Amino acid sequence: MITVNEKFCKGCNLCTEFCPLNVYEKSKKLNKKGIHVPVPINQEKCTKCGLCTLICPDQAIKVDENNED
Amino acid sequence: MDRKMENPLMKYLRRDRLPTIFCAGCGNGIVMNTFFKGMEMAEIDFENLMLVSGIGCSSRIPGYISCDSLHTTHGRPIAFATGVKLANPEHDVVVFSGDGDAAAIGGNHLIHGARRNINITVICVNNSIYGMTGGQISPTSPRGSYGSTAPYGALERPFSLSDLVTAAGATYVARWTTAHPIQLSNAIKKGLQNKGFSFVEVVSQCPTYFGRKNKMRTPIEMMQWMKESSILKIKADKLEESELEGKIVVGEFQDKVEPEFTDNLCKLVEAKCVTGKPTSIRSAYMGG
Repeated sequence: MITVNEKFCKGCNLCTEFCPLNVYEKSKKLNKKGIHVPVPINQEKCTKCGLCTLICPDQAIKVDENNED
Repeated sequence: MDRKMENPLMKYLRRDRLPTIFCAGCGNGIVMNTFFKGMEMAEIDFENLMLVSGIGCSSRIPGYISCDSLHTTHGRPIAFATGVKLANPEHDVVVFSGDGDAAAIGGNHLIHGARRNINITVICVNNSIYGMTGGQISPTSPRGSYGSTAPYGALERPFSLSDLVTAAGATYVARWTTAHPIQLSNAIKKGLQNKGFSFVEVVSQCPTYFGRKNKMRTPIEMMQWMKESSILKIKADKLEESELEGKIVVGEFQDKVEPEFTDNLCKLVEAKCVTGKPTSIRSAYMGG
């Protein structure tokens, strides 16, 4: 499961560009900070390589190892 | 938010300081992530770590990491780090520095740290511009790039910091960009494990100043530019200098073993001690 922490995300959307499997997509709506937060729409494609957690400059992404809970 | 749902690297950060003041898409955050990954791979004890930084955007990184840190004067972090390392050679000392800090104002400290081969790791976040003060041209700005002090493009040739430090005698030198996070964390791991002066240059993005003035307004465009224009050192060695104009040469520049400064100094102190018990090293920690 992928969680994007909206408190820390600044909306640079590097994860949407650099995910090799295009798991993320820029949200259509602005959030209350006025930024487009990435949404993990294709979660079933995710191979848990962890590149997005490394490339996120604000430590906002968590990728769970197991799919449960 | 529930702590279980947070990034696993969050345990190394000072929670009360977050979110960071870095601009959206700043490379400093990626350097932080790769440093933690490299530190975990090198099996460095987080409690034994000492971070030293100077002045600049990248020098704010140790302020967000919950271990011992020193925020020092402009350009002098390597001088302070030398003192920390000599006072207690058991510390793992890491210097976070920017290109203006390490190359411009602290250039002499950098080359003399490398000449001494003291066991510290310098991570230089090279964003090719002075980001904190408003986008002035720095010693590493590529030729022809624009900045607030170069409205018609920079005329001077840029400093290749990795080549400089290799020539000055560092025992581990590598350069990667923030678009290569896996390779970068491996380089940081090797730098931390290396016994001697290790220099890891990270070519980073500054979308706010460098990107805005050079027609790459978003961090995505900047990172794609870095990814496309980087060329491996093994390939670059075969090319002419004119062919490398505008390219970023990445890879390992140096990896060798040489006598280390603190070891030599401790041996000298023990050999020349008349009382039989040297007190000058770690004395503050041992209550002696």
